[in-house]
Amino acid sequence: MLKLFIVDDEAPARERIKELLGDIAAELPTEVVGEARHGHEALERFPASGAELLLLDIQMPGMDGLELARHLVGLESPPAFVFVTAHDRHALDAFELNALDYLLKPVRAERLAAALRKAAGAPRDRIAESLRKAAGRPREYLSIVERNRISLVPVRDIVFLRAEQKYVTLRTREREYLIEDPLVALEREFADRFVRIHRNCLVARSAIRGFERGTGGEDAAWMVLLDGVEERLPVSRRQWPALREIAAEQGGS
Amino acid sequence: MLAVSIRQDVSAHARADQLPDFRNLGVLARMLVGANLLAGAAALAAAPTIAQALERFIASAMVLEPLLMACLIVLYLATAPLRRLPYRAGCAAVLAVVLALSALEHAALERVTGEPPAPLWRMLALAALGAALLLGYFRLFTRAYSPALAEARLQALQARIRPHFLFNSLNAVLSLIRKDPRRAERALEDLSDLFRTLMGDARRFVRLADEIALLERYAEIEQLRLGDRLRITWELDSAPSDALLPPLVLQPLLENAVYHGVEPGTGTADVLVHIERRGDRVFARIENPYADPAPQREGGRGGNKMALENIRERLALFFDAEARMEAMQRGSRYSVELELPYRHAT
Repeated sequence: MLKLFIVDDEAPARERIKELLGDIAAELPTEVVGEARHGHEALERFPASGAELLLLDIQMPGMDGLELARHLVGLESPPAFVFVTAHDRHALDAFELNALDYLLKPVRAERLAAALRKAAGAPRDRIAESLRKAAGRPREYLSIVERNRISLVPVRDIVFLRAEQKYVTLRTREREYLIEDPLVALEREFADRFVRIHRNCLVARSAIRGFERGTGGEDAAWMVLLDGVEERLPVSRRQWPALREIAAEQGGS
Repeated sequence: MLAVSIRQDVSAHARADQLPDFRNLGVLARMLVGANLLAGAAALAAAPTIAQALERFIASAMVLEPLLMACLIVLYLATAPLRRLPYRAGCAAVLAVVLALSALEHAALERVTGEPPAPLWRMLALAALGAALLLGYFRLFTRAYSPALAEARLQALQARIRPHFLFNSLNAVLSLIRKDPRRAERALEDLSDLFRTLMGDARRFVRLADEIALLERYAEIEQLRLGDRLRITWELDSAPSDALLPPLVLQPLLENAVYHGVEPGTGTADVLVHIERRGDRVFARIENPYADPAPQREGGRGGNKMALENIRERLALFFDAEARMEAMQRGSRYSVELELPYRHAT
């Protein structure tokens, strides 16, 4: 019995999927163990549901299906995904969905059965990469997985990201978290938002308040002053030329 | 029922007969070619052989071409005041210009060569005949072509349904068929009415009552999909149901309100539809919660500006400068206001 979780913001669409699952139950027995109306609800309810596969609407309020899936793959035993969308083909060109299993609304029973079978049996190792490609844009949240719980930090709240041994420290004004994403991947994904100031550190452009010389005379490194965080971060010599432009824009200090 | 359209359309409304624009290159070229064709035809009719006809044509061209040039120059310069005259008066003025220039030319030829090429009455009659024929041709020409252009633009501008809405609606209807076949039937009827209007004649005015019925059918479908996330308040008590307006002016505005104001949110969103008569104007306002578009999401939810521009252009085609549309954002509410002249079915 395949355990499923359905995420769609429209109640009739969830009902329809359940009807179709009933129709194909003889050849593919399934059980719906959970439902959610949007991404945040799904993140809350999914881990405890014990579902092995998610049926996910792509276009949803708040957080879309692709971003939701990108957070769920961080779980210890990530589920399989089948995406469902009402987009027309033209709009679908914007997404690179080919590597993923997806269905077009209205869904046909036989297509649903085929997609479920294929997704449930597929290897999960490349899924994170496929999802990143399909989304084609940066996430709005970073996720922190603690045991079997996922919490989200909005990317716009992040002041800096610093690599420390095995993890990356994520600092907001309020507190800090440890995440597993490699710094290089974060730099690439959020190039618009963060600037590298040091081999091990990315800072939100909008949080930079100014620069000052560290103690130790002429040779001392420049330090970044941040909005809302006391800590000052050193700028490496290599990154200084790029940062000088930002310093100039802000009038320097 | 919907689509009891009134037999009054743009072509009848905006396209009274008008003099051609004499500064238009195409018009000038047509006048040159037309006048010479007439002269050529006259020469052919009058002479027994081709050679003689050619000779005759050349002889008449020596009289015709200077006159034609003079006429073109005067009309070119006077085109603006001429086009402001009522059509008949304008035609009379053009005829007067042609006759005066012909008389002038006749006098000049008489003085230079000693003997005129033809008696004055004959020159005036031929000139008047040529001018009348050309004016008649231009009248037929503009009648045949400009409404077609306006129509083509209107059809192209007619609001298009979003595929996302269509497929989600069909999906919602499918979900009803087993549990609530009657509601499913009604939903399909609503969809049919919506599509009938979308594929219908973009030139015809519709009654406000019909456009409101369409709004309600559309809302019914959205309600099915969105349930209690969508709450619409209708303020229609003083809406003049006999007012005439272009089809599909209000429905796309409501669709926008749902698409941009309701769908991106997870809670209940209030949408207001307010229509009233204010003296000789019809006033409508559609209001929805303003969802802050995160910059990254703009690609996904774009198209609002385009829909508004589309409606604005159609209003201009129907009402010229008499209609007004304005979109504004106040705090957490976004609204579009529309004002049209109050015209009603007679």
